[in-house]
Amino acid sequence: MNPLLTVDDLKVSFPTRTGVVEAVRGVSFTLGRERLGIVGESGSGKSQTGRAIMGLTPAHARVTAKTLSFEGIDLLSAAPKVRRDLRGKRIAMILQDPKYSLNPVMSIGRQIVETLTRHENVSRAEARERALDMLEAVQIRDPGRVFDLYPHEVSGGMGQRAMIAMMLVAGPELLIADEPTSALDVTVQLEVLGILDKLVADRGMGLIFVSHDLRLVSSFCDRVIVMYAGKIVEELKASDLASAKHPYTQGLLNCMPAIGSDRHPLPVLDRKPEWAL
Amino acid sequence: MTTATISAENLVVTYDEFKALDDVSIDVAPGESFGLVGESGSGKSTLLRAVAGLAPVTAGKIRVHDRVLVGNRRDKAFYRDVQMVFQDPYGSLHPRQTIDRQLLEPLAIHGVADGERRILKALDEVGLGSGFRFRYPHQLSGGQRQRIAIARALILEPSILLLDEPTSALDASVQAEVLNLLEQVRRDRKLTFIMVSHDLGVVTHMCDRLAVMQNGRVVERLSSVDLVAGRIGEDYTRNLMVASKGFQRKGAAA
Repeated sequence: MNPLLTVDDLKVSFPTRTGVVEAVRGVSFTLGRERLGIVGESGSGKSQTGRAIMGLTPAHARVTAKTLSFEGIDLLSAAPKVRRDLRGKRIAMILQDPKYSLNPVMSIGRQIVETLTRHENVSRAEARERALDMLEAVQIRDPGRVFDLYPHEVSGGMGQRAMIAMMLVAGPELLIADEPTSALDVTVQLEVLGILDKLVADRGMGLIFVSHDLRLVSSFCDRVIVMYAGKIVEELKASDLASAKHPYTQGLLNCMPAIGSDRHPLPVLDRKPEWAL
Repeated sequence: MTTATISAENLVVTYDEFKALDDVSIDVAPGESFGLVGESGSGKSTLLRAVAGLAPVTAGKIRVHDRVLVGNRRDKAFYRDVQMVFQDPYGSLHPRQTIDRQLLEPLAIHGVADGERRILKALDEVGLGSGFRFRYPHQLSGGQRQRIAIARALILEPSILLLDEPTSALDASVQAEVLNLLEQVRRDRKLTFIMVSHDLGVVTHMCDRLAVMQNGRVVERLSSVDLVAGRIGEDYTRNLMVASKGFQRKGAAA
């Protein structure tokens, strides 16, 4: 089976006044219609990997790869027009905080409709109908009311559901979720993850789930990539997490205070310089 | 109760029409570490801010060391004894002042003489060398900045520390380091903690007793031991407990 996405030796670097910062340093993986988790600390390059695939790397950064292809389309050499058509239609991205990632001066309904009218030739009535259906699919109780609300009028959980609706309404084949629930309360987190889980499964999408929370990722994904200093240090099946070999992965797993485990002091990561080589 | 170090009785905080705290009472024993949990908007941070004099208290009493605190006025002696660490170390340090100056400020306000020695000691205590003394906040990582915030709180040698989500802006691996540091200073200095967090794992790790808050009220008070053993009275607490266990697929969950 042909993979949905092939990433081979992806590098992202930022030239700065004090030298070149290499955020991603040779990441390779392939993705089928499955859920892949990318885990790491801040600065590990996990978000930049997602953004490079989406084509959202800032203009001054340098992105190189031996291969970066989506369904046979070479993303790096593709014309801007081709990438624009992919973005939102076939590859979609959910960002961390609905407070900042939704347009504050546009009603939620209009933002969802915009995605549709940009990519498909639909009538206004039909677009509205599909937006309402999508809002219902993300378990918003009164879609008609929420359609006309502005982002500041809804809670974080509701905003994030609207964001998911907006991203899935055009029926993408690949969804990149960059910390989709980190800005939400623990109780709301589970609801939103449940919705996301169901929609991804029903529609048979490929999912890249970027997060710093190793446990969360492993309970949500089939496969997990662990990143450190811009490189993949370990790749493993989510079910095999307990048998992780790399000391960094083990450290990440161990350092969380868990309910019922009485460990004082908590084990901390002993960062070895050779991990970053 | 007169034995409590900090007690709040029937505390009410209102912002215009909105009751952020509605008839809340807690007691914190000397040397205890007390946790406040709840979702955003439950009033857990407001309670902490009310103790520090940062929230408009409209009714009820706050007592610290048997002194009744009226309104929002706090004298210098209070701040020498009670210090606060905020959630976001990116926001709580002055971006254009060196670490040295920020640590000197509380000392200057309170007229403490041996600044030099105290600054070096405070930096040492939070595990940062004197090499950090003349840096700016933007030259430090998140974990290092939170250590500076803790050093600033400790430099006046208070007996009570109010911690408002001290690790939720940090990576999991850095969180472990900061939690260890907090435990160590509590042990060394016999401090009393009130710690706000939305993470039950962190609270049960750090605190002996905790109060669960929802919509400005305390819904349940229990000990960490009871929580761990699942001796929970309220459904809301149980929900939080389930949520903290992480995501489970519908079919897989019992």
